[in-house]
Amino acid sequence: MNKLMLTNEAVARGAYEAGVKVVSSYPGTPSTEITEFVAKYPEIYSEWAPNEKVATEVAVGASIAGVRSMCCMKHVGVNVAADPLFTAAYTGVNGGMVLVVADDPAMHSSQNEQDSRFYARSAHVPMLEPADSAEAKEFTKKAFALSEEYDTPVMLRLTTRVAHSQSFVELEDRVERNPKYFTKDIAKYVMMPAMARKRHLAVEAREDKLAADVNKSELNRIEWRSKKLGIVCAGAVYQYVKEATDASIFKAGIVYPLAIEAIREFASQVEELLIVEELEPFIENQLKAHGVKCHGKEIFGKQGEFSSASIREKLYGVKTPAPVAEVPARPPVMCAGCPHRGVFYILKKLGVTVSGDIGCYTLGAQPPLSALDMCVCMGASIGMAHGFDKAESPLKRKMVAVIGDSTFIHSGITNVINAVYNRGTSTTIILDNSITGMTGHQDNPATGKTIKGEPTNKLDLEALMKAIGVDSVVVVDAYDLAAVEKAVKEETAREGVSVIIARRPCALLTKKYPPAFKVNGDKCRNCKACLRIGCPAIENIGGKVRINKELCVACGVCTQLCKFSAIEEGVK
Amino acid sequence: MINVLIVGVGGQGTLLASRVLGAIASIEGKDCKLSEVHGMSQRGGSVVTHVRIGCDIAAPLVTPGEADYILAFEQLEALRWAYYLKEGGKILVNDQQIMPMPVITGAVEYPEGIYVKLAEAGKDTVIVEGLALAEEAGNTKAVNVVMIGALCAIEGVKYEVALEAVRRSVPAKLLAVNEKALEAGYKSVGK
Repeated sequence: MNKLMLTNEAVARGAYEAGVKVVSSYPGTPSTEITEFVAKYPEIYSEWAPNEKVATEVAVGASIAGVRSMCCMKHVGVNVAADPLFTAAYTGVNGGMVLVVADDPAMHSSQNEQDSRFYARSAHVPMLEPADSAEAKEFTKKAFALSEEYDTPVMLRLTTRVAHSQSFVELEDRVERNPKYFTKDIAKYVMMPAMARKRHLAVEAREDKLAADVNKSELNRIEWRSKKLGIVCAGAVYQYVKEATDASIFKAGIVYPLAIEAIREFASQVEELLIVEELEPFIENQLKAHGVKCHGKEIFGKQGEFSSASIREKLYGVKTPAPVAEVPARPPVMCAGCPHRGVFYILKKLGVTVSGDIGCYTLGAQPPLSALDMCVCMGASIGMAHGFDKAESPLKRKMVAVIGDSTFIHSGITNVINAVYNRGTSTTIILDNSITGMTGHQDNPATGKTIKGEPTNKLDLEALMKAIGVDSVVVVDAYDLAAVEKAVKEETAREGVSVIIARRPCALLTKKYPPAFKVNGDKCRNCKACLRIGCPAIENIGGKVRINKELCVACGVCTQLCKFSAIEEGVK
Repeated sequence: MINVLIVGVGGQGTLLASRVLGAIASIEGKDCKLSEVHGMSQRGGSVVTHVRIGCDIAAPLVTPGEADYILAFEQLEALRWAYYLKEGGKILVNDQQIMPMPVITGAVEYPEGIYVKLAEAGKDTVIVEGLALAEEAGNTKAVNVVMIGALCAIEGVKYEVALEAVRRSVPAKLLAVNEKALEAGYKSVGK
């Protein structure tokens, strides 16, 4: 059967067909849907882990236990997972293990543009890179076979454009695999210096063998066209190159180790060798280091994603129509009814410096709320606020960290422990919207539900904070501006570590809302105070404020800003 | 090869619309590639989904100046993405305005006379009363399926094929509303 499939679904399907038994992941755009689709297969145990490190460790354990396992994450997730990954490369596997990483060239939904191919090289594990849905399914299965054949974890790399594209996939049956036995083998599975030194040699031998074997690998292929130009490429870029040029193509399916000798042979058949790759000159520099004459980055640069049009323009000077300049931008915004909005409004009003974090609430940096002052990575908000405290910054008593519930569990908890242990003074606001929001509503340990929607023990944030030794824990309703303001004022004035839990479920969790609010034209004095909260449902049309009934979810936050009681509840 | 760009504001259902087109390709036995946007831009931002239907498609992206159709769910987004339209292509615009944040905050004005601007730029524009028709069908969220109906009528996709594609793409409990929306969109043009 042929099915139009998102590449992320095709990876899930590949894992299913490969007989995978355990999948553990943390959501992150553009990788999230892989594990959501895996969760639909009852034959596979799947879970959301609190972060990518845990997910990878679960996959390592399942692999050593003897079954095929997988963990999926976005590019920055590998930074978190790097610890187990680098040493799992030493232990090798028992059942096959695959780590799927989705890079985000052009940063559609990310804080940096790092190139995860360097992780494969650095951890000495092979990396496969498919170019569409069908290949994603095929490569996923091959990655598991490769993992077992070479006794190594294997990375499968996607980029946003591949992960979030759909094309047709041929479905095949699942092949069940009997679990292998776990045999006690401390030389392989206990990585302490004496054993690890020997395993390091095994890693190098494995890598040398792989580097030789990839020159014959069917994962790479050559498409002969004009021999004036030969292009080496992989992933989505292959599709653009195919469309934009008539050059011969060396399509690398395995991007690490690179098939250096096969490419050298390919290069000898063409007049000029060009490397077209998004982000870093990963392929290009390796070829150059091995004395293969080639070029590419000086034409294409290291930023953003390519397209057929951009390649045509760079190579042949062919221009395509450009956007009209004067169209107003439409940046992403917090949704109408978003529980984060009121909190940011208060923080801005109080002139508090805000150490931010990763999630929907990062949007609080944008006008008109403009509340966020810094944002680096998952969990960093709290550590940075502690850093301000210990740096004796004059701002330290007028500062808060803001972090969502899922991000807090991901890597905020240890930061609070640090602040408590080291006698810091800081205030953290946990924006608890009872879901992992930005990635599209995944459950997490604080929601009380598993990935399959089954009930489970629910993490109690208040109890956890008290157990850690937080000096003051306050819970407020994020929609209640007066309560939020009072809590922020009191907690920032306090010595010691404070945590404010601003609680209110994501407005998108429910589909049923009270009738939209409306502006009573007789009472409205047109002071536009309500516009300062930056709600997309409150519009200023021809100098008059009105509420867009298609967007308003009747959260009532704006009514607390109106001094003339002009915003009224709607009627059914 | 038919290239379609579906543009709108995050939350308007461009993703579902592209999947209905994918289902049409599937029913008609054609090759198809879709490229979607998930994640941050979904939050009320400008969103674009690329759909290519034909045979032997390589890239999942439509090239500027090569779109046969642009399906715009909002006026300003029609203006923003109109440069993707090829000569002789058609842009279908849902007659609705959604204010972007820079307009709400007063930093910029929402452009006036978008249809005039599109006409001046030589874009063959079809205005669809998408929001009104979706409301009549029973749910303003069904604008996306109204627009698909209009596109199918113009492109000459058989109604039964479009209906089957909608059936394959929407949850059962929303089927009735979406069937009405498809019919309303289909009948709204081409007469």
